[in-house]
Amino acid sequence: MLTKVHTGLEPVAGTWWHPAHKAEKVWVGIAFAWCLVLFAMMPLWHWKGGQNPSGIRTRVDPRAFYARTTEFVKQYKVGDDKGFPIVQPPAGADVYLTAMTYQWYPILQLQRNVTYRLHLSALDFNHGFSLYPLNVNFQIIPGYDYALEVTPTAAGDFRIICNEFCGIGHHTMVGRVIVLDESGNKVSDRNDVTLRVGGTP
Amino acid sequence: MTAAVSPIASLFRTCPYTQKKVHKDAEYLVKVNAVVSVVSLLVGAIAALLLVLTRWQAVHLLPATWYYRLLGVHGMNMLIFFIIYFEMAVLWFTSTVLLDARPVTPRLGKAMFGLMVLGSLLVEWTQFSGRADVLFTSYPPLKAHPVFYLGVILFAVGALVVVGIFFATLTVAKREKTYEGSLPLVVYGAMTAAIIAVITLLHGAMIYVPTFLWSVGLIPAVDPQTYRLFWWALGHSSQQINVAAMVAIWYMLGGLTVGAVVLNEKVSRSAFVLYILFISMASAHHLLVDPGFGPAWKIVNTSYFMYMAVLASMIHGFTVPAGMELGMRLRGYTDGLFGWLRRAPWGDPGFSATVLSVIVFGFVGGITGVTIGTEQINIIVHNTLRVPGHFHSTVVSGTATAFMGATYYLIPLVFRKKVAYWKAAQWQPYLFAGGIFLLSMGMTFAGSFGVPRRHWDISFSMSPFDVQFNPTVDLVLAVMGIGGILAVIGALIFIAIAVKSVFFGEPIGELQMGVDVPGLPRGLTKPPTFPPDVDAINERLHAPGRGIGGVTPGTLGLVTIFLMAFMVYYFTNWKLLTVLWKVG
Repeated sequence: MLTKVHTGLEPVAGTWWHPAHKAEKVWVGIAFAWCLVLFAMMPLWHWKGGQNPSGIRTRVDPRAFYARTTEFVKQYKVGDDKGFPIVQPPAGADVYLTAMTYQWYPILQLQRNVTYRLHLSALDFNHGFSLYPLNVNFQIIPGYDYALEVTPTAAGDFRIICNEFCGIGHHTMVGRVIVLDESGNKVSDRNDVTLRVGGTP
Repeated sequence: MTAAVSPIASLFRTCPYTQKKVHKDAEYLVKVNAVVSVVSLLVGAIAALLLVLTRWQAVHLLPATWYYRLLGVHGMNMLIFFIIYFEMAVLWFTSTVLLDARPVTPRLGKAMFGLMVLGSLLVEWTQFSGRADVLFTSYPPLKAHPVFYLGVILFAVGALVVVGIFFATLTVAKREKTYEGSLPLVVYGAMTAAIIAVITLLHGAMIYVPTFLWSVGLIPAVDPQTYRLFWWALGHSSQQINVAAMVAIWYMLGGLTVGAVVLNEKVSRSAFVLYILFISMASAHHLLVDPGFGPAWKIVNTSYFMYMAVLASMIHGFTVPAGMELGMRLRGYTDGLFGWLRRAPWGDPGFSATVLSVIVFGFVGGITGVTIGTEQINIIVHNTLRVPGHFHSTVVSGTATAFMGATYYLIPLVFRKKVAYWKAAQWQPYLFAGGIFLLSMGMTFAGSFGVPRRHWDISFSMSPFDVQFNPTVDLVLAVMGIGGILAVIGALIFIAIAVKSVFFGEPIGELQMGVDVPGLPRGLTKPPTFPPDVDAINERLHAPGRGIGGVTPGTLGLVTIFLMAFMVYYFTNWKLLTVLWKVG
């Protein structure tokens, strides 16, 4: 029943559709079972897990999105830092963040364990939303509104790094997100530092 | 009759080592494609050195403009030019030499090679002159000079026509009965690569043509999300051409170096069919945290419809080492579980390159690739250095190392020259694959700390807000830097060997069999031969009473270790995901 011994360089004469050896059968079976586990994990995480890139996804005119962001800033502005408005929306609010060369507008001030709907979009080019130091990454594309339900589970002073090439000043594009604790206070500097240099697993 | 046959026959020569018939035009096309491939590798490698010395923040060599510019140059030369020219050589080689066949329309083949070179030169010109600072991916609305897109289109059209000639050559070889029975498995693998190439290049055309029209002002805009969808059907799928071509080369070099046998044609060929059917869906890996697609689309596509292409790779990951093990055992290397591995020809660069390619591709590239291509895990991976960490271990220590191993056989077989600097050639695969292994590890760990890819300055010295990375990042970036330097040295040694051998090399001369000749891989002068009663030995090894470990017990141990490493890495990443904010 075995095919004549040959290497992959030789043409195969006759029928080669023969049953595989037990070892191959078992390995293919194990590999297939593992593939099913890999596949099942994703729907399972949508059902039971807390981190999914689903969101509500709509098309939007980039300028309209920027205008909506400006309106949001006017509504909830609480301060300034380095020329950027600091905006503190109420619990459950729609939060708008516009990426543009080379800045994240505005600075967000959120509260721990409060849920918001964070709208991400860009005014000009593709940008990359990378929340530091947690390492949460989303692609931002002009013309598309990516609205994600987010609940900050840690307080501290966070950064947004742009991790999609957007032009020659790409590497200067850093934004800021402040997360207050439940009582609305900033966490102490000490915790802040711990989070910022050692927070990433 | 004789008069009609002899002019054709005079176009062939017979290889003294393999007795294969080699057509002169096919030989020419293999040669020119291989030479341009190596030239592209040189350009890409010089760019690589400058880039890695910039990303190593402690060195930070290049100014920002040149960093981004050379990043585009590096991507184009390595991922497109080096690899696709080499694949063109593989297609010409497998469809003619391995089948004793003639190439169909070699004239058109030469013209298309010319078109591809023209396209490459246009791309190089726009990139080096700063007219295409849009990186390899050229995502609109970033806009390059129209000639950049035109160059890519010309290159792709040339490649597509050559793939068509490959299919025609296979058909004609079958009709002219240059071989008996079914295609050899290696040619079958090359054909798989060619089919995937058609899918890939058509998608490339579908997106580069409108983008070209946009760049000259004929259409108002290209939707950035649609572009990403189609572009990745080129950008990721072109790396799947590599996977199929690389696996074909594993089977080829396994056969040439240690007499690796095909355990079961049905299993190996079915695995290649799974590649054709499912592997192109992997372009979704780049779109997992994009706003344009929903979870169902992401899950079905990123998993190649229930990981059918991963299944295929896991099958080859078993059958390739198992074929080597059985081939060695049939030739008498039967001691213990790993005697076949210990006594293998580690000084034959064709063999060591294959083994290193299999190991790093599987253990690093494969495991990281499947894990980071998981919909949710991609949240902690997208656009960080973990992504280049993954694909350097697949495309470079996997594909490029295998291609280098194949080159050490192509130099005597096709160019009929001895391999120059033989001692260096013997340890070059270790240096190159080892360097890339360190580079990949450094990038992967840096990315785990959130270090972005494609970023000039992670000290953020000109940013409004400070970002301070964990001090460990400095350490892993140093590992990346050292690995990168070692790999570039390995690549430059390879280029020096290839250029010296091909243009100034010593001809192979008189046939010397049964002895080790410096400059000739062992698989040629001492080819692996089976004892005359090999089929009876094989029958005994396959006896049902010998159980599951009867044929290849060593490989069973190796794949068990692989599966455990896979599971640990995969579930560790899910665990890391749980510490993030809630997002959905």
